[in-house]
Amino acid sequence: METKAPLSLAKIEKRRAWKTRSILLPALIFAILMTQIPFVVTIVYSSLNWNLLKPNDFGFVGFDNYISVFTSGDLWPSIIATVLITSLAVILSLLLGLMFALLLDRKFKGQAIARTLLITPFLIMPAAASLIWKYSMFDTNIGVLNWIVTSLGFDPIEWSTNFPLVTVVMVLTWQFTPFFMLILLAGLQSQSKEVLEAASVDGAGAIRTFQWITLPHMRTYIEISVLLGTIILLQVFDPIAIMTKGTGGTKTLSYLLYERAFIGLNVGEAAAYGVVAVILTIGVATIALRTMFKVFLDGGGK
Amino acid sequence: MRLRSGLLTLLTWVLVIAFFFPVFWMFLNAFKSENDAASIPPKFFFTPDFQGFELVMQRGMGSYLANSFIASVGSTLLILVLAVPAAYALSIRPVKKTQDTLFFFISTRFLPVAAVILPLYMIFKSIGMLDNIIALGFVYAAINLPIAIWMMRSFFLEVPKEIVEAAQLDGAGLFKELTRVVLPLVLPGIAAAGLIVFIFAWNEYFLATLLTTSDAKTTPPFLASFVDGRGLFLGALSAAASLAALPVIAAGWIAQKQLVRGLAMGAVK
Repeated sequence: METKAPLSLAKIEKRRAWKTRSILLPALIFAILMTQIPFVVTIVYSSLNWNLLKPNDFGFVGFDNYISVFTSGDLWPSIIATVLITSLAVILSLLLGLMFALLLDRKFKGQAIARTLLITPFLIMPAAASLIWKYSMFDTNIGVLNWIVTSLGFDPIEWSTNFPLVTVVMVLTWQFTPFFMLILLAGLQSQSKEVLEAASVDGAGAIRTFQWITLPHMRTYIEISVLLGTIILLQVFDPIAIMTKGTGGTKTLSYLLYERAFIGLNVGEAAAYGVVAVILTIGVATIALRTMFKVFLDGGGK
Repeated sequence: MRLRSGLLTLLTWVLVIAFFFPVFWMFLNAFKSENDAASIPPKFFFTPDFQGFELVMQRGMGSYLANSFIASVGSTLLILVLAVPAAYALSIRPVKKTQDTLFFFISTRFLPVAAVILPLYMIFKSIGMLDNIIALGFVYAAINLPIAIWMMRSFFLEVPKEIVEAAQLDGAGLFKELTRVVLPLVLPGIAAAGLIVFIFAWNEYFLATLLTTSDAKTTPPFLASFVDGRGLFLGALSAAASLAALPVIAAGWIAQKQLVRGLAMGAVK
């Protein structure tokens, strides 16, 4: 067939390729309109002196906004806050998630119910989770956690005032542990039973089996969960806005920008913060996306 | 061996219950009077009281839930319309630069919202679309589109090539091939992608608090307004939080398997 009509076949192929490309267009155009163009506009804003409180001062100022971003002394602490909160929450959720995944990867009564209960914190609306923790757990007067602390004979702890960073990390860890657990559990359950049986026949103990068979198999799943968790958590805003309002070393980049733009009403400077945030994220994201891309294209998927 | 296994099971349950406790406590407090909710030591037994629910409904929670519903369902539908053809195009070979396009989509998801929110805010303000639930729905569609495309693509990739080729030999056009042959096979995957983007939109707080003020206010900003509450309000807060969380909890419990796959954007089978 190919030798008979190579030309027309090529034509058909070409037409198909065009058609496939055309059904991709609506999504592509929508994404460009809603994300790329606004980003370019943000760059333009960042070169303007534009404070909504002083409409008469409007004008082009070049890099002035960037200079004030780097000299105001707010940027560095917020980078530290973002990195600290994200990495602590990711590490703790990963460890707890792995523990729960291992515990749930056994046959026991009510296993499905246990899993269902365990994923619930991740499903709770983050704003609701922050509020519930703030008032029903951490509160010095009516919080259950402080009731336990005082019952044990200690003084009540002023969580969100004295330990704001710990508070935020605790709530985030509580919400994200199920996320890690779900992905890791899926990984554990995809292990080949024969290999595990062979290992136990060969007399490998539980720890050695875990170290030499389970962990290498789990690498992809751990990578996926860490990458996705990191990228989601880098943008964290809700618990900070609700529990600490950025006090005590919890002012992350997204909260700082929110404060500048929507409380300070300084559009130009906030835009500069936005651009800086993007550049910093690109640093993390290119590494993450590259790795992830590999993991996603030839890892657990196809 | 039996004993060890029993102890592990016991440990599992203790940890699971401790982990679940705040959720349980939220539901319990929702049905307490304000005095019972604020009682120390905590009250596990009490006469049910629906004042919390009545109060939040009086404060307009009904319309905030309705707004959340419109924005989440609306954005989910828009995403489905855009993502199904896109994901299909990216799952079959002839498209050149498939990888670049995939990379582009995924990078838009990880662009900090901070980078695009100011212009969107200004544009919406100048055309009178601030505090407009449709506008919020469009923004949600834009942020969650990449996840849907990635996830659907992984389902499309699983459709056996032979089936698609057979349809092509029968002379089916691209549209027919997609709607008649491929779509029925990947319907569960599409439903899962829809569920995930619905959940993300329903729970979203940052954009909702910036882009809406009163008419289009959704549930998360309403909940957050409790932060400035005075007096006893834990009962009412728990009632509101329970109502807000219930739809997603129910959906997530029902579709656990799809949830895993959706959250891992299709990378986990």
